[in-house]
Amino acid sequence: MAFEIKKQGKVYDVCIVGSGAGGGMAAKILSDAGLKVALLEAGPKYDPADPEQSTQLKWSYESPRRGASTTRPFGDFDAAYGGWEIDGEPYTRKNGTEFDWFRSRMLGGRTNHWGRISLRFGPRDFKHKSYDGLGDDWPITYDDVAPFYDRVDKMIGVFGSKENMPNEPDGFFLPPPKPRLHELMVKKAGDRLGIPVIPARLSILTRSVNKDRSPCFYCSQCSRSCKVYGDFSSSSVLVNPAMKSGHVDLYTNAMVREVLTDGSGKATGVAYVDRNDLQEYSVNAKVVVLAASACESARLLLNSKSAKHPNGLANSSGVVGKYLHDSTGSSRSGFLPHLMDRKRYNEDGVGGMHMYVPWWEDNKKLDFARGYHIEFGGGMHMPTYGYGFGMENMNGKYPGRDGKTKPAGGYGALLKDDYRRFYGAHIGFAGRGECIAREDNYCEIDPNVVDKYGIPVLRFNYTWSDHEIKQAKHMQDTFEQIIHEMGGVANGTKPGADTKYGLENPGRIIHEVGTTRMGDDPNKSVLNKFNQAHEVKNLFVVDGGAFVSQADKNPTWTILALSMRASEYIVDQLKKQNL
Amino acid sequence: MDRRESLKALALGTLSVGTILAATGCEDKKGATGASEHPNVTTAGYGRTPEEAARDKALADEKFFTPAEMKTITILADIIIPADEHSGSASEAKVPEFIEFIVKDIPEHQLPMRGGLRWLDVQCAKRFNKSFAESSEQQRIEVVDLIAYPEKALPENSQGVAFFNRMRNLTATGFFTSKPGIKDLNYIGNTPNEWDGVPDDVLKQYGYAYDERTLAISLKMEDRGKLMTWD
Repeated sequence: MAFEIKKQGKVYDVCIVGSGAGGGMAAKILSDAGLKVALLEAGPKYDPADPEQSTQLKWSYESPRRGASTTRPFGDFDAAYGGWEIDGEPYTRKNGTEFDWFRSRMLGGRTNHWGRISLRFGPRDFKHKSYDGLGDDWPITYDDVAPFYDRVDKMIGVFGSKENMPNEPDGFFLPPPKPRLHELMVKKAGDRLGIPVIPARLSILTRSVNKDRSPCFYCSQCSRSCKVYGDFSSSSVLVNPAMKSGHVDLYTNAMVREVLTDGSGKATGVAYVDRNDLQEYSVNAKVVVLAASACESARLLLNSKSAKHPNGLANSSGVVGKYLHDSTGSSRSGFLPHLMDRKRYNEDGVGGMHMYVPWWEDNKKLDFARGYHIEFGGGMHMPTYGYGFGMENMNGKYPGRDGKTKPAGGYGALLKDDYRRFYGAHIGFAGRGECIAREDNYCEIDPNVVDKYGIPVLRFNYTWSDHEIKQAKHMQDTFEQIIHEMGGVANGTKPGADTKYGLENPGRIIHEVGTTRMGDDPNKSVLNKFNQAHEVKNLFVVDGGAFVSQADKNPTWTILALSMRASEYIVDQLKKQNL
Repeated sequence: MDRRESLKALALGTLSVGTILAATGCEDKKGATGASEHPNVTTAGYGRTPEEAARDKALADEKFFTPAEMKTITILADIIIPADEHSGSASEAKVPEFIEFIVKDIPEHQLPMRGGLRWLDVQCAKRFNKSFAESSEQQRIEVVDLIAYPEKALPENSQGVAFFNRMRNLTATGFFTSKPGIKDLNYIGNTPNEWDGVPDDVLKQYGYAYDERTLAISLKMEDRGKLMTWD
């Protein structure tokens, strides 16, 4: 067969690249408006209700590795196809710096396995430069986005509680589940320490919001994606309903290589390689919407060079790929001796924490600029690979049932009993904080390396500044304080300056944003305040790339709200024939 | 009840725990991708992609440990987790077969396990002129006691301690993630149910109570099946 690019005559109203939070919302809003949509996804179809794909309610022993993370980075039962390393799809790093890039190649993308933590950005989060002089302000305010947050809340569902905290806006919440035992213990410790511990805000249905989705049945396994659609994932909650409209053609295993343009510089569609038949195809559309994830969308733009756009598409400013930033992350675990020999009951609960700690401090009184929130977990989980490791570090420290302490380690019936006694008495804390966006943290095209499809790959340059490192130190101090206040013992040694206080490599928290940021000045930003490229008016980016700053919040709820807002703008502009 | 019907039942909000249990208890077990003939290795039915199923099968088809090594692993596993009044032994829960699989899946275990087993045999040969497996039960325990207690062990046995720690870890994790091990541990989740807070007696035991605000704002189980409205 001749090597050729197969073109179709059909012209869609809109072509969307990527089916995660941003792409799924765009598909839903645009198809609801009656537009003809092509939705391209680089991975296969995925539906957690398909028994061939479902991992929910499986037992550890149904996996020969007992759920170990050898095949999937978060363990065998996690719903994400992909990870930080994908065979045949490399990326590189520059100047000895680190960045780890997580990609999910599947319908719904990374929304199938995420923690469902659904926090609105607050008024300050959109205007942080005005508060501390660092980074940049967004071209929009909280009030611009609030109506869309409201609609996302009602459309998708998020539980939480009204707290009237200035930078943690309340929404239209479902009732939260009652706290678990260890969560009550953290709350009590927090009350004494002046650290707020409030109901979590997760997009899990404690009550249903429509007839297509059932409420949560408390198996704690949202990371496996829910077969009754009791949690939010883009494929289950946005793409599937959009498909039912009949206005959406879904192209799976479609790895987009570039955005196509005409002589005037306008986008005309995209070119992709089919990962199954390895043939080259193109799709035509009046409007192109990129939602491939912050870095993948930047890669697409940088790889879409033409005479009109020699620097890559929508990149005369040179800003595409710059201002890349991921959340900070640092963690510590502890042991709660008073929870040994605890009574057994089913405390699975929802797939995540029932309570959390929003940022509570005033940065003006601290030596770093931005905050973090704390996630915590504990309790009686289904044991998976790794359960029971390190007993020799524990069982010599606490008296046995007979009140006597015995030598650490051991074997036999007494040891076997120790595993029962220590079960469910651990707790873990993780901070997730804001990194300040900087021009010198970026991804660019590696001049020498292509992936297995011949697409030039990304090269990353990323360093943490003192602000992030000192923030991680504050996290570690706080974790120890809380564990101590709970009557617990922190595990291991406290991470110190040599490990940047346990600060994870950038990319590890999988909140990377900022690579096609929005702004009013076309010389300093890629997109305008409607996620529309300054230079190419029929091109939009609706993933995390549009973020000016990320806040100490998870980005998904803001991606959804901004994608909804941009999609309605597209509908409006198409009506007015402005695109 | 087939899946479609059970989903419908859930969607309609007929949500007694019993209904849900019945609805999902007959989850079909078929899984087309790469069924395995290995008794302890399921390569089907846990949501594998074709590539993952192929990798599981390839690992299961390989052999790492020799029969003699597997014999020693089995003896050690049962010394670490013997049968007691609550549950059976490690080997009854197929822990040795799990260890054979996991060292192929996570190759960093291979060298320390192989070398550690050899270290153990050499200690027994020096003392009893026999391998560990050929030694008597009493002789085995004599050697195990040299390496089972990290804080008491002599410095010259430190490599044996490191090996035994790894062996203890793999045995415990293999046992407590097996069906009898999970039952022994009495983990009672992984099933559709209702969460209405910590049981009262447990709250009382630890001196906690839900405050009025928490009770007021939290989900009431009877509302679970009702569509949420805000207006």
